[in-house]
Amino acid sequence: MAGTQIKTLWKMTWVETKLFLREPMAAFFTLAFPLMVLFLFGGIYGNEPNEMFGGRGTVDMLVPAYMGMIIGTVGLMFVTINMATYREKGILRRFKTTPLRPVIILLDTVLVNFAMTLVGTGLLIVAAILAFDLRFDGHVFPFLLAFILASLSFFSLGFVIASLAPTSRVSQVIGMVLFYPMLFLSGASIPLQIMPGSIQKIADFLPLTYVVKLLQGAWFGEPAGEHLFEILILTGLLVVCTVISALTFRWE
Amino acid sequence: MSSANTIVIAVQDLAKSYGKVVAVDGISFEVHEGEIFGMVGPNGAGKTTTIECIEGLRNPDQGGIRVLGMEPKHSKYRLQKRIGVQLQESALPDRIKVWEAMDLFASIYSLSADWHPLLEKLGLAEKIKATYSKLSGGQKQRLFIALALINDPEVVFLDELTTGLDPHARRAIWDLVLGIRDQGKTVVLTTHFMEEAERLCNRVAIVDQGRIVALDTPENLIRSLGPEFRVTFRVTGPFEQNAFKKIQGVSRIEQKDDRVTIHGKGDRLLSGVVNTLEKGGVGFRDLRTEHPTLEDVFLILTGKKIRD
Repeated sequence: MAGTQIKTLWKMTWVETKLFLREPMAAFFTLAFPLMVLFLFGGIYGNEPNEMFGGRGTVDMLVPAYMGMIIGTVGLMFVTINMATYREKGILRRFKTTPLRPVIILLDTVLVNFAMTLVGTGLLIVAAILAFDLRFDGHVFPFLLAFILASLSFFSLGFVIASLAPTSRVSQVIGMVLFYPMLFLSGASIPLQIMPGSIQKIADFLPLTYVVKLLQGAWFGEPAGEHLFEILILTGLLVVCTVISALTFRWE
Repeated sequence: MSSANTIVIAVQDLAKSYGKVVAVDGISFEVHEGEIFGMVGPNGAGKTTTIECIEGLRNPDQGGIRVLGMEPKHSKYRLQKRIGVQLQESALPDRIKVWEAMDLFASIYSLSADWHPLLEKLGLAEKIKATYSKLSGGQKQRLFIALALINDPEVVFLDELTTGLDPHARRAIWDLVLGIRDQGKTVVLTTHFMEEAERLCNRVAIVDQGRIVALDTPENLIRSLGPEFRVTFRVTGPFEQNAFKKIQGVSRIEQKDDRVTIHGKGDRLLSGVVNTLEKGGVGFRDLRTEHPTLEDVFLILTGKKIRD
């Protein structure tokens, strides 16, 4: 029984991955757009050691921040749109008539979106290494944990929006309204260090700020103890959003 | 039906409301193995709610349902392995390809059988690499039939199968449904096309406002209206009813502008009307006879016309 469910999960994940890549918007924003901004800002600032970033280069700072950008895009736009349109169009209803368990659909959505986040991040890292001599001072395992926590917390936020919004259009708008200010004010695209103090105060209220801080910390090899607050915030977000979306999950 | 009336679905006193709106108000019926059972009625009559309770998609407020010996509420997954469902409103992801959808659903039912012959039978073999959103309405509907049949189900539910299709595509789908029955499967369908019910169904339940107002074979339902039929024609000049009232079998005559309808029964009615027209030198055209249909049954039972 469990075996067939797992086989179905892989099949669904594979089909959904192809569907993700056939969506030009999704493929562009997760795979191509981060590379474009990398080459744009990397081209302007280079990756020379910089006093402001504690002796690190601008690209060293930007790459983990851009990972936050990818996680935010996938979580708030693609997870949300995907779940909301599947519900609205009756695709979930169609699955409901089969012996498919709902948990498989949820797992498959998480897996596909995480895989795409990972691929976008991988491309970004490889490009930054080749073009800008990107430096990684952290440890792979703790960094991966931080990356997974950040991704899951934002995906769960996406599920909540999809569950609470009355239509897929509304969920799309909510996702964008949350995402765009965060993109610019959380350090995910422009380093907070160059922002005025008032913006930095706003940033404290944006969950994406904690993603960026945690990923940068893990990338630079700072001990987890220095980032307990970020870990706490993101874990809290994940738990609260998972509970809400479990309680409000609807097939239609 | 040869299969000795084995009951595959039994619905007893089913009721379901959405808030204050009563969708199903005490419906009971049985479906026999190997028949095509139809539920007809206007939109909002409660057909879809009834069928979705049977499929295990909705929990009824009240009443008992047994399908293939199981209660949908308690054996949802076990039941859904043995039934096939085509929903009134559903879709697939726009960019999924026909073969990917078939492959995915085959994996959901953990099937090893090859589904290619099924696509071939449904005339979709050439569309195997086509994207869902590029399919025509009829092709999408055939794909949904394929998905409903992929697990070789014992009972197939088809909800408003031909709504939105052109007459040609509709007829093609009808042949497919008859083919499903000929394979020995039981089919439960809903429709608001009376002609569809008349053509396909072995038995029809007429549903109105959440209740079954009549249930029988289409022939019996029509026969219940009596042996009356009508002769209608247009007159090209003045028309005097008296001579026609004397024709054997005539029960009543209606006239609206130049359209005359003579109701009656018996073998002599048509020839009597034609003879009287000729004898009286009445100019006429467009003469035809109309036999009662399920449409008339519905009109008489519910007092309203079914809307298309």
